[in-house]
Amino acid sequence: MKKIEAIIRKSKYRIVRDALHEVGVNFFSYWDVTGIGNEKEGHVYRGVSYSTSDIQRRYLSIVVNDNFEEVTIQAILKAAGTGEVGDGKIFVSDIKEGYRIRTGAKGGDTLN
Amino acid sequence: MELLTTNNVWMMICTALVFFMHLGFSLLEIGLTRQKNTINILFKNIFIITVGLLLYCVVGFNLMYPGDFNGFLGFAGFGLDAPLTAEGTLDLAYNTGYTYWTDFLFQGMFAATAATIVSGAVAERVKIVPFMIFTVIYVGLVYPIAGSWKWGGGFLDQLGFYDFAGSTLVHSVGGWAAVVAVWLLGPRIGKFKEGKPQAIPGHNLPLATAGVLILWLGWFGFNGGSVLSADPELTSLTLVTTCLAAAAGGVVAMIVSAIKYKNLDLTMFLNGILGGLVGITAGADQMSPTDAILIGSIAGALIVFAVSFVDRIKLDDPVGAIAVHLICGIWGTLAVGIFGNLAGFDQFISQLIGVGSYAVFCVVSAFIIIYVLKKTMGIRVSEKEELEGLDGFEHGMDAYPDFRLNEH
Repeated sequence: MKKIEAIIRKSKYRIVRDALHEVGVNFFSYWDVTGIGNEKEGHVYRGVSYSTSDIQRRYLSIVVNDNFEEVTIQAILKAAGTGEVGDGKIFVSDIKEGYRIRTGAKGGDTLN
Repeated sequence: MELLTTNNVWMMICTALVFFMHLGFSLLEIGLTRQKNTINILFKNIFIITVGLLLYCVVGFNLMYPGDFNGFLGFAGFGLDAPLTAEGTLDLAYNTGYTYWTDFLFQGMFAATAATIVSGAVAERVKIVPFMIFTVIYVGLVYPIAGSWKWGGGFLDQLGFYDFAGSTLVHSVGGWAAVVAVWLLGPRIGKFKEGKPQAIPGHNLPLATAGVLILWLGWFGFNGGSVLSADPELTSLTLVTTCLAAAAGGVVAMIVSAIKYKNLDLTMFLNGILGGLVGITAGADQMSPTDAILIGSIAGALIVFAVSFVDRIKLDDPVGAIAVHLICGIWGTLAVGIFGNLAGFDQFISQLIGVGSYAVFCVVSAFIIIYVLKKTMGIRVSEKEELEGLDGFEHGMDAYPDFRLNEH
């Protein structure tokens, strides 16, 4: 089993979600995150200008069986890209085991 | 009798509209501050309107309208004392515009406003109990005494000073106290870094916008009711001048801030509307529509410069209360001597004397109250409390318990 974590633009979320469904990845979790990067956004508030390096992104955490690793990564790469700086990152790691809480069963089937 | 009924109904509607302004103030204040202090701000606003009304009943009304008095300080006794006829019913000859009860409640709704103005300026760092004590003294004593000088028939009234609905009597009275309070309190942590003002963005601009539109609506009653009858010409003219000044203030503030900062800042737009409203308040029944637009426009421009001026002199006023209520209050009061039916040199001098008298009285009394509070119980929360939010420490509550993403 692999865990694929992707940090993507919020505006690309729907496209990435649909692309994942298309390759058969139907279950995953996501949350909104704030990160720090090279991008600087300029703001003015009541006559005081300030800039912030805070960047809003969406974080996807997807656990798949090994044979799904490549298609998942390709789906995200294709769907989340704009070509501009700031498209995000994908991280892949090994997962030792997975359990289904309801039945106590473990192994690759628990991912479906 | 029928005329009195009509007049009185209008005055009660206006009373309700002025009451509604307290919601407007509350929303504006919480919108322009951080979410960690929301409960604290709402608590202050609710305290002000409830305690303000009770105080106005017990002492305020009779301090502000003492009848015949020396022009500086008079008191007609504690509590309400409605005039009765021989049969024991309410004496309707009290006034042709309203009954005694309406008079009390309409004026009572005004009284609390002055302290509300201060509340916005000291937001996010003031200790709640000293603020409550300040409110009691300021709303209970200072505001009514100051008000009696003009609206109670006191020495400024004799002098010819004109303030239709309170650019000075309400807004500057609050504004002067706000300056003193902000000065004695010091800026919020992080507001000035190496002498440079920093942005501390408010957490909910939809609420701030709702607050400003509610205040604008409330102003229909604030100015419309200050006609003190349902006089068809004056009430309708007053609503027209009020709305035109508000609109002009907003538009000009938006344009000036866009030119000055290359940015379309909603909060300046909102403050500009309020500046226009405060500006027209002193002469709303004396102006032509053109005068109103000019007064509002100048107020709108003043707002933008005043906000950055307040920043430059290192006063931290999160909601722009000083710019809106003090600067535009002074401008509106002086404008009575420049524009409209009363314009003239003598009137201008009377207006100046009025502004000066209130400045001295309010600054001195606010200073004494707040300085004594500062030296005895302290007026500022601890650093830890300020950083983590007043809601958790002063109130043990969270305004948005299910929704909390950042440290603010």
